[in-house]
Amino acid sequence: MKNLRLASVLPPVLVGITGLAMWEGAVTVFKIKEFLLPKPSSIWSQLIDEWGVLRHATWETGKIAVSGLLIGILLGVLLALITNRFKVLNDGLTPFAIAINATPIVALAPIFNVWFGLTGTFSNQAVVIAVVFFPVFINTAKGLNEVHPNEIELMHSYASGDWTILREVRIPNALPFFANSLRLAAPLSVIAAIVAEYFGGPQDRIGNVITSSAGFAKYDVAWAAIAMASGLGLLLFGSALVTERLSMPWRISGDIKDN
Amino acid sequence: MTKRKALRTAFTLLVTLVLFVLLWEGYKWVGQQTDDHWPGTQFGLPVSTDDLTMPHAGDIFNELTDEIRAGRETLPMAVYLAKKAAFTFLEAAIGFSLGVIVGLMLAIFMLRWRFAERGFLPWINVSQTVPLIALAPIVVTWARLQGYPDMVGISLIATYLTFFPVAVSGLRGLQSPDSSDVELMRSYAASWSSTLIKLRLPAARPFLFPAFKLAATLSVVGAIVGEISIGTKTGLGRAILDFAQRYSVWPERLYASVIAASLLGLFVFGLVNAAEWLVIKKGREVLK
Amino acid sequence: MRENSEILEEAVSIRAADKVFNPDSDNEVQALLGIDLDVKEGDFISLIGPSGCGKSTLLRLIADLLTPTEGEVKVFGKTANQARLDQDYGMVFQHSGLFDWRDISANIELPLELKGWSKADRQARSGEMLELVRLEEFKDHYPRQLSGGMQQRVSIARALSFEPRLLLMDEPFGALDEMTREHMQVELLRIWRETGTTVVFVTHSIPEAAFLSSKVVVLSPRPGRIHSEITVDLGDRTDETREDPEFFKATTEVREALRAVEAG
Repeated sequence: MKNLRLASVLPPVLVGITGLAMWEGAVTVFKIKEFLLPKPSSIWSQLIDEWGVLRHATWETGKIAVSGLLIGILLGVLLALITNRFKVLNDGLTPFAIAINATPIVALAPIFNVWFGLTGTFSNQAVVIAVVFFPVFINTAKGLNEVHPNEIELMHSYASGDWTILREVRIPNALPFFANSLRLAAPLSVIAAIVAEYFGGPQDRIGNVITSSAGFAKYDVAWAAIAMASGLGLLLFGSALVTERLSMPWRISGDIKDN
Repeated sequence: MTKRKALRTAFTLLVTLVLFVLLWEGYKWVGQQTDDHWPGTQFGLPVSTDDLTMPHAGDIFNELTDEIRAGRETLPMAVYLAKKAAFTFLEAAIGFSLGVIVGLMLAIFMLRWRFAERGFLPWINVSQTVPLIALAPIVVTWARLQGYPDMVGISLIATYLTFFPVAVSGLRGLQSPDSSDVELMRSYAASWSSTLIKLRLPAARPFLFPAFKLAATLSVVGAIVGEISIGTKTGLGRAILDFAQRYSVWPERLYASVIAASLLGLFVFGLVNAAEWLVIKKGREVLK
Repeated sequence: MRENSEILEEAVSIRAADKVFNPDSDNEVQALLGIDLDVKEGDFISLIGPSGCGKSTLLRLIADLLTPTEGEVKVFGKTANQARLDQDYGMVFQHSGLFDWRDISANIELPLELKGWSKADRQARSGEMLELVRLEEFKDHYPRQLSGGMQQRVSIARALSFEPRLLLMDEPFGALDEMTREHMQVELLRIWRETGTTVVFVTHSIPEAAFLSSKVVVLSPRPGRIHSEITVDLGDRTDETREDPEFFKATTEVREALRAVEAG
């Protein structure tokens, strides 16, 4: 068991360290220009020097990403539960949602700016909500619907009502689908928050730090800001994984392969 | 059977679209009657209903046939947007193709060496938490310095978003054959590469196509966002940005350009679905 | 028994073979212990035993899909590895393992394709094979369009397509219904007679083992050992043989051996 842990942690750590070392080495040896790819060490030192600005900017972006993510998840799950209850809604909405999900939703950002104004951050949050909503809704609805008929028959044989079937069969069945959509949506929420920023809104956020530092040729600062944004994405992705583990204790051994 | 299903889906989509337009116009009408309040209350509506914020659906549709001046010539709006979309499509297609190649190569690499799978898979997941979108200005500066057109930089951004689902689902698909199928190939003393070509790659197709669908959408997102964030001269992303800035004059044009972007997304999605049908499902319907 | 059983060359010869899974770890399993087994050319041998007795493992040692921890496995006088590289055997699994994306002919031609046969030769051979298993009119169908029994016949045709001298079968009829199963057994015996192939057949069905085999090898579990070998001679078998007292005697003998195994 302990060996298993080590075997799954060691390779990525090794690859990560080797990667960083090669990056640092390549930049030094091949004299790659700072504006193309700064050394990890200079990015690190900017991360420390500019910590105040970076922290504030990441916080502001994080608030939009996280609040949008949470509202998007809530709406997605709610609508999935509602459509599951009414077959007509499900038949009508699901193809429509799949179609919308195939479109570049971030392009809605300027329209949301017109609708909700640019004085607050709601326009930007709305972009995140829209981007998160569709994958969560589609996957959760799928999980609630695609249950094995035998399980439903079993529940009917116990004379269970729709509510019990939802609780005992449909929701547990939908959890893995929902978890998958979370993994997808969590990093997406950060990307959506940054893209929305390009179209306007308060300018003290991480996307702005990246563009303005790049504009002033302070590329190491830009990269430090990118590192912060990645950290934010990673944090949300990690939270999605933790939520998955906690909500599905019977799937703990998920990464043991059968071959 | 499938034809009927396709017809049904098309029909529901049409009905939903009509309902959506009715809802849009209905909301607008109610807002106009009550001066943007919920009927009978003092609570304001979330989105105001004036023609600037919510143009009539008909006006947006009509806008498509209106002339627009592009450089020296004047074109109908629909043609203008189609031209921009073609450019964005090309960027997305290059990005998609590169992403599929990179993703598949990574998947095969991870399949071949277990250490590579353990070492790289977590980082491939991490790679998607890096908002490369934010890196767009740097990618494009790089491309410009190499003397490449902006299209190259934008396609690379699309590639970055595309390779991920292909690599992850590709690996799952390549690992999907039953152990007895692998034993069968071993009993034929088949080499690793013929097992890959005769067994693993064909078996991976049902896993790859959903990934291609996601990747296709992401390649369009990458292309449009790339255009927006680096200020290219053409493409749909550029058109959306331009029309967003001149919204107060022609609100319908912003809507038209956003709808064009959605149609491009649907078109690309449809292309992948058609390819899937050709490769996997054609002539394979179970007779029973 | 067949006429040519006087050819005395050993098709398979196993000496003191042990198989340990996950050696030196917490989940070490001794799967097989001290196996000695000879299969004469032209024989039809069944391996039977309770689940966990290592009968499939034994088959995989012969196929060189697994390597013995101790002891040696020879196939036609060569190492099992060499026999696999020389394609001396064909294998049939419980689930037909046909590739969904290939039609029936293409599935049968897969091993020939890997051996680099020309297209014309492949088509000629798959035609003969389809005739052998009586599925000529289904050559352009896809596996999913066939019933379980038909799929398993294709799988047998695929295993025999390159004329191996040995056929290894791992519970090939285990997933079929009883009627289909009995029909397939008669078919398999016909093919066995027509081709003269040696067969090693894993099963957990007592009547199946008794009906098909010239010799039934009974294994005992944990660790897997050969408990006894029962020689059966039912002559030319047809569906009527199933009601023959001789057949009843053979099944009883196998059943009693298995009971003795269960009792320890």
